[in-house]
Amino acid sequence: MATISASAPRIALPGVLGHQAVRKLLLLALAAAVLVPLANARWAGGDWPAALTVDVSEPLTRTSDWIIDNRDSHPLFLYFLGHISNGVVLSVRAVYLVLLAGGWAGVTAFAGLVAWRVAGPRLALGTAAAFLACGLLGMWVPTMQTLALMVVAVLASVVVGALLGLAAGLSGRMDRALRPVLDTMQVLPAFAYLLPVVLVFGIGVPAAVLATVVYAAPPMARLTALGLRGADKGVLEAVASMGATARQRLLTARIPLARKELLLGVNQTIMMALSMAVIASVIGAGGLGDRVYQALASVDVGAALAAGIPIVLLAVVLDRVTGAAGERLGQSADMPARRPYELVVAVAAVVALALAGRLTDRLDWPEAWTLTIADPVNRAVDWMTAHLYSGVPYVGGTADWAGRFTTWVLDPLRDGLQWLPWWSVLLVVAALAWLIGTWRTALTAVLAMAAIGVLGVWEPSLDTLSQVLAAVAVTLVLGFVTGVAAARSDRFERALRPVLDVFQTMPQFVYLIPVVALFGVGRAPAVAAAVVYALPAVVRITAQGLRQVDPAALESARSLGATSGQQLRQIQLPLARRSLLLAVNQGVVLVLAVVIIGGLVGGGALGYDAVFGLAQGDLATGLVAGAAIVCLGLMLDRVTQPTERRAKKGA
Amino acid sequence: MRLRTTTAVAAGAALLLLTGCGAADMTQQASPFANARGAKTVTLSVQSWVGAQSNVAVAQYLLEHKLGYRVDTVQVDEIPAWDALSQGRVDAIMEDWGHPDQEKQYVDDKKTIARGGDLGVTGHIGWYVPTYFAEQHPDVTDWKNLNTYASQFRTAESGGKGQLMDGSPSYITNDKALVENLKLDYQVVFAGSEAAQITQIKQFAKEQKPFLTYWYAPQWLFKKVPLTEVKLPPYKEGCDADPEKVACAYPHTPLQKFLNADFARSGGKAASLLKKFRWTTEDQNEVSLMIADQKLTPQQAAKKWVDSHESTWKAWLS
Repeated sequence: MATISASAPRIALPGVLGHQAVRKLLLLALAAAVLVPLANARWAGGDWPAALTVDVSEPLTRTSDWIIDNRDSHPLFLYFLGHISNGVVLSVRAVYLVLLAGGWAGVTAFAGLVAWRVAGPRLALGTAAAFLACGLLGMWVPTMQTLALMVVAVLASVVVGALLGLAAGLSGRMDRALRPVLDTMQVLPAFAYLLPVVLVFGIGVPAAVLATVVYAAPPMARLTALGLRGADKGVLEAVASMGATARQRLLTARIPLARKELLLGVNQTIMMALSMAVIASVIGAGGLGDRVYQALASVDVGAALAAGIPIVLLAVVLDRVTGAAGERLGQSADMPARRPYELVVAVAAVVALALAGRLTDRLDWPEAWTLTIADPVNRAVDWMTAHLYSGVPYVGGTADWAGRFTTWVLDPLRDGLQWLPWWSVLLVVAALAWLIGTWRTALTAVLAMAAIGVLGVWEPSLDTLSQVLAAVAVTLVLGFVTGVAAARSDRFERALRPVLDVFQTMPQFVYLIPVVALFGVGRAPAVAAAVVYALPAVVRITAQGLRQVDPAALESARSLGATSGQQLRQIQLPLARRSLLLAVNQGVVLVLAVVIIGGLVGGGALGYDAVFGLAQGDLATGLVAGAAIVCLGLMLDRVTQPTERRAKKGA
Repeated sequence: MRLRTTTAVAAGAALLLLTGCGAADMTQQASPFANARGAKTVTLSVQSWVGAQSNVAVAQYLLEHKLGYRVDTVQVDEIPAWDALSQGRVDAIMEDWGHPDQEKQYVDDKKTIARGGDLGVTGHIGWYVPTYFAEQHPDVTDWKNLNTYASQFRTAESGGKGQLMDGSPSYITNDKALVENLKLDYQVVFAGSEAAQITQIKQFAKEQKPFLTYWYAPQWLFKKVPLTEVKLPPYKEGCDADPEKVACAYPHTPLQKFLNADFARSGGKAASLLKKFRWTTEDQNEVSLMIADQKLTPQQAAKKWVDSHESTWKAWLS
């Protein structure tokens, strides 16, 4: 990306930066001096003024009622949305039946075969082992349900994403129109996508699949466009000079040149789809996510874990296999020709296994082979809650920490934010966003924050914001320390890498399980889950940024006799400023996503409103909360966005 | 190129028209996971509380082992469950605590849901304090005195006010309006789920701390932690009509079963069993205690109950 060059002079000339910052602040202070007394005179008090809110619950409720009444009669539903929904149901069902007909042995062997062809023997073994583990945990059928849903959702996302990406890659105007939309969609928490689809399609698999597609298609579109636009100009020129038509150029040069980005897009789409397919259990997706959701509702940590492990295994396997496929493609030009008979033998083996399962009537995973981990896990959790939960001498138990964190950090932060006059919150937002970005980002941030007030959810939004801020602070402290350590010690980084890999591929939902066991219910566990989820990305970006610092600068510092602490403070950290800012940005976005899901474990505020809206069918409450979440996400992103966005989590 | 695009668009539109000709009613589309491999399947909605799990577990056991059905269960919250029931994504709700709006919309107007009769259990929602606290302070059981005890019910989550603990966001509750309208110095704190609420109650009880909670009967927890109800202004017919202005207690509700209308007509033996399913509060509590306290799986608990109550369920099968 071309952003590095843009920011370089800023670092080189801190005087100019300081000058600019002062000017921006002065301008802002001037605007505030004029506007604040006016606003304060009309609408005094800390809360968002009631006169400036718009009650949208009435029309929303009417819309929701209208949809329920007309869902089986209005042409829009009968001839358009009904067919979409029907198509989704039929295709998910088809995939599901094929998976069931294959039997556990057939499916496992087939997955192994695919992994072997695209990623090599080691990953093939790992894939087969992962599938067997799902069966062993007694989760075969839910795993197949999730897989069926995933297959359909990923195919649809890839097609939609590739088409959008193609349009953006070929037309500059389209690119300019799409980019801000896609950028914004990437920072929105998954939960915000659920409500609108539920409004139209009702609870069930179609809604779940569509929400997943909306969530997972943007990375594919972005990366496709990026790949097409980044094609080597020289090659294109050469192809054009040979007289190729536009279509030939696209098919023979641009798309093949972009295949690495395309595969990365597929990889990202799969990971996001999996994460969403699990969260979508809240709107009736069924499968593994539903098992986790049910288990969470009864705080049955053991059962939740039994369903959570297959999710993690699926995520890791899918990530590795598509990742390896991408790497192979990168160097595939001179791959040794594969021996065809190997493939024939392997396919025959898979078919034989599936048939054997069919003939011996062993399609279902045999019940005798399941391993119940729920009991031992629950016993361990009981022991933990009995011994760690409270009353540990000197350090106190986890529940005591959670209580103290709530009383000493979350409460003052929330009360402080809610005590601040509304216009001062807007001012702070404007100042932060302008200092770090442009007036455009500042304006977006302020408008987003104001929209929250207009929607009438100022207080719960500030509550959510306080949780986000607390979680981000903890994440950054832990993340920067770990990142610095990883950047300075090769051994530490090697040890850390697999841990980060696994943590980064886990769907957000999974993090809720252990925190409930440790911290009980409330805002503290939501914050804890958010910290754990966001930490890997922050650590990784920090370490990368520090390692990319020009070795020459470090060398010269060392030759001047700087200690390693001085090198870190005076050379590495300032030069890695952009990476650190990016880490902050990513941390904020990821934290928000999980704090919202924290509504399921007693996090309250906006997340609770969204869950409440879904649970009560009160879509007015849910949609307003969803819109506020979107605005909060936008505001937080703009406030922390240096200039241009980089690739997202997992990239 | 221009021509080709136009042709493609036209072809696409034609295709869409062709396939789109028939109407597709999405309210009639079942779950893609139902009826897999031709088995006769019944889908039951399980709500998150243990009593409802007991109903479903026993019904499921009888359907599977005595009638040879395959039973799917889905966890759906109460109000979305009505929508799912109307669409046929769920065949039956075994325990409903009274949703007059939905009843009017789906049973009376659209006729997509049919009544399935009494469950035989009467439910009651109320505010409860632990009996050990009520014995020390007998006057706490009248709502008029609640404000004097607010400081004793304070927690980290309730701020300066007393805590009134609610459970799952999906349960029927007027508590926020009640606190407001009765001018109580309390903050409603949602535990997020019933299980979380039970965990919290048990921990309070272990330390003999005072607490005030939204709770309901029949519930197996009364056997573990004795609770005493706080008297709210008496319930009168229609006093809870406007959810904003409620200032009275919750009613005593005979719990109802509801079936999808098509399923009720053509569901054969399964529909007939579910319609006749009727047991007592004691029966339900017996199964619930096995599930929640002895940590049996719902299926094991159902088997135990079925084995020892043949006379009760024989009547449902006839």
